[in-house]
Amino acid sequence: MTAAVRRFFGPLSPAGLWLGGAFLLLLLLLPWWGGSYIMTVATTVFYLALVGQSWNLMLGFAGLLSIGHALFVGIGAYTAAYLFAAVGLPPAVGVLPAIGLAVLMGLLIGYLGFRFAIGGVYFALLTIAFAEFVRVVIDHVSWLGATEGFFLKVSEADRHGIDLANLRGAPEMYYYLIMALALGALVLCRYLLRSRLGYYWQAIRDDAGAAEALGVNVLRYKMYAVAISSGMAGVAGVFYAFYQNSLFPEIVFNIERSIEATLGSIVGGVGTLFGPIFGTFILTPLGEIVTEAIDLLKHWHVIDPETKLDGLKLLIWGFIVVLIVLFKPKGLWPWVCVRLRLTRPEAEG
Amino acid sequence: MSAVAPLLRVEGVSKSFRGLLALNDVSFDVVERGIAALIGPNGAGKTTLFNVIAGVFPPDSGRVRLGEADITGERPDRICHAGIGRTFQIVKPFAQMTVLENVTVAALHGAGTVAEATQSARGFLEMLELDTRAAQHAANLTLPDRKRLEVARALATGPRLLLLDEVMAGLRPSETDRMVATLRRLRDDTGLTILLIEHVMRAVMALSEHITVLHHGEKISEGTPETIVRDPAVLECYLGDQDL
Repeated sequence: MTAAVRRFFGPLSPAGLWLGGAFLLLLLLLPWWGGSYIMTVATTVFYLALVGQSWNLMLGFAGLLSIGHALFVGIGAYTAAYLFAAVGLPPAVGVLPAIGLAVLMGLLIGYLGFRFAIGGVYFALLTIAFAEFVRVVIDHVSWLGATEGFFLKVSEADRHGIDLANLRGAPEMYYYLIMALALGALVLCRYLLRSRLGYYWQAIRDDAGAAEALGVNVLRYKMYAVAISSGMAGVAGVFYAFYQNSLFPEIVFNIERSIEATLGSIVGGVGTLFGPIFGTFILTPLGEIVTEAIDLLKHWHVIDPETKLDGLKLLIWGFIVVLIVLFKPKGLWPWVCVRLRLTRPEAEG
Repeated sequence: MSAVAPLLRVEGVSKSFRGLLALNDVSFDVVERGIAALIGPNGAGKTTLFNVIAGVFPPDSGRVRLGEADITGERPDRICHAGIGRTFQIVKPFAQMTVLENVTVAALHGAGTVAEATQSARGFLEMLELDTRAAQHAANLTLPDRKRLEVARALATGPRLLLLDEVMAGLRPSETDRMVATLRRLRDDTGLTILLIEHVMRAVMALSEHITVLHHGEKISEGTPETIVRDPAVLECYLGDQDL
C-alpha cells in the first residue's frame, strides 16, 4: 500500500508532498472552517475539476479537441434523473446507464469523426454540432421536461441526512462525494497515463502517422479515449443532476458549459495530470471574488446598482486565458511546479 | 547467398498521384537476412515505394509480399504487426514524450507490460547510443539524434524487415561508420533484413549487398554495388549523358 502510494506520488518532491498534503487536509476539514458559501464554491470547483479532467484526457492525452463536452455531462444528467423520477431507480445504479449512454454518444461522434478522418478543429465542430443537436431534441421531448425543465423532488428532510444511494443529503455529503469523484478521476488518469493506453494516446497526439507505423491501431485507441472521457463526463452529469435538482436544456447543453470545461485545463496546463484541478482552483474562486467584489461595490454605491455586469466574470476569465496562452502556453501548473520545487527535476506534474 | 528465399517481394507496383506517375511497374526482391539499398535521384519515387510497402497508401496495381503473406494495401499498424519496421525521412518524433518513452511506445508492441517495454527500450537506446538522452524530451534532440531515435523506435517493434529512409543524412562520416557497424551487427546477430534508402554513398557501398536504382519512378538498374557503379544508365541519371 505505502509502496503504491509512493509510486503514485513518485514525481513529487518532499516539499510538494507536504504542501499537497496540507492542502488536502485543509479541504477535508473545510466543513469545519468554511461556511456554506465556501463549501458551495468548493463543490463547484471539484465538479469542474472532474469535467475538466475528462476533457483533458481527450485533448491533453490523446490530442482530440472537444468543444461539446457539455453533451456527455448532459446525457449523464438526464439519464439518471429520468430513471430516478420515472421508475425510482436510485442514481447509485442509474449512474451505469448514464455512463453507458454518454459513452455510446461519444463512440458515435468518435466513429463518425475518425472513420472519415475528420481531424483537429473539424472534429471539434462535430462535437459542438452534436451538443446543439441533442439540446434541440430535448427541447422538444415533453417527458424530459422540454424547455420547461426537468425537476427532481427534494423534501426538507432530504437536506439533512446522508443517502448516498439516492444522492439525497446535506451539502457536506455532496461536497465529499464530488471531492472523492474528482480525486478518483485523478488516480484513474494517473493510472491510464502510465499504462499502454497512455503511451499510445500520447504517441497519437504527437504524431498519428508515426504511431501507426509502430503498430498502434490509431482508430481503436482514439475511440478508447473518447469512451473513457465521455464516461467520466457522464458521471459528473449524474452528480450535477442530483446536486442541482433541475435540468434545463438551454443551461445544461449550453456551449458556455463546454467552454467552462476547457478553461481550467488551459489555465492549469493541458496534458498535465494536476493542471485541470489546479486551473479550476484558480478560476472558480476568482470568478466568485469578481462577482462578490461587484456586489460590494454596488452596495457601497461605487457602481450604480442598476448596472448590469453579468458578463464581467467571463470577460476576466477570457483575459486570463489570453494571458496564459501568450505567456505560459503550457499552463500554470508546470511553471508552479518548477517555481515551488513541487516535483523532482525531469518529472512531470 | 545462393537460393535464399526472398523475404520481401515487390511485384509490378505502380502508383500515381493526380495523373503524375510516381512508380511505374517496379519489381524487386530483398533476400532474407540481406541488406539491400534503394537509390536514385531526388523525386525518383523511393519514399513513395516505402510508403506503399509500409501501407501508408495502397498501390494502384501490383503486389507486395512479406514472406508468404500478401500485405498489399494493409493498414500501417497491421504491416508493423506483420513484421516491417520503418523510419521516416522527415523524422516524426513524439515531441512531448521523452526519448525513452518514444521507444517504449514501439516496444509495447511485443511486450506484455509497460515495465517490460521500458526495459527493452533501454536496450535499443544503448544500441543507438541514445542512452544518455533517455530522459530528454524528443523535441530537444539534434537532427542526427532524431534520426537515431527513428531507428531505435523501428527496431523496438521487433521487425523481420527494417525499412530505413535516409537515416545517415546529416551524420558525420565517423557517425555514419558507427551506424553502418551497428546495422551490420544487428543483421548478423538477429537475422534482421534491411532495406535502405540512402544518399550517403559511403554507407550504401559499405552496407548493401544488392542495390536497386530508381529514376522517374522506374527501375533502371539493379545488382551488386560493383556492377551498379559501372552501369552507364545509372551514371547517366546521376551525372547527365555528357562524356566525362
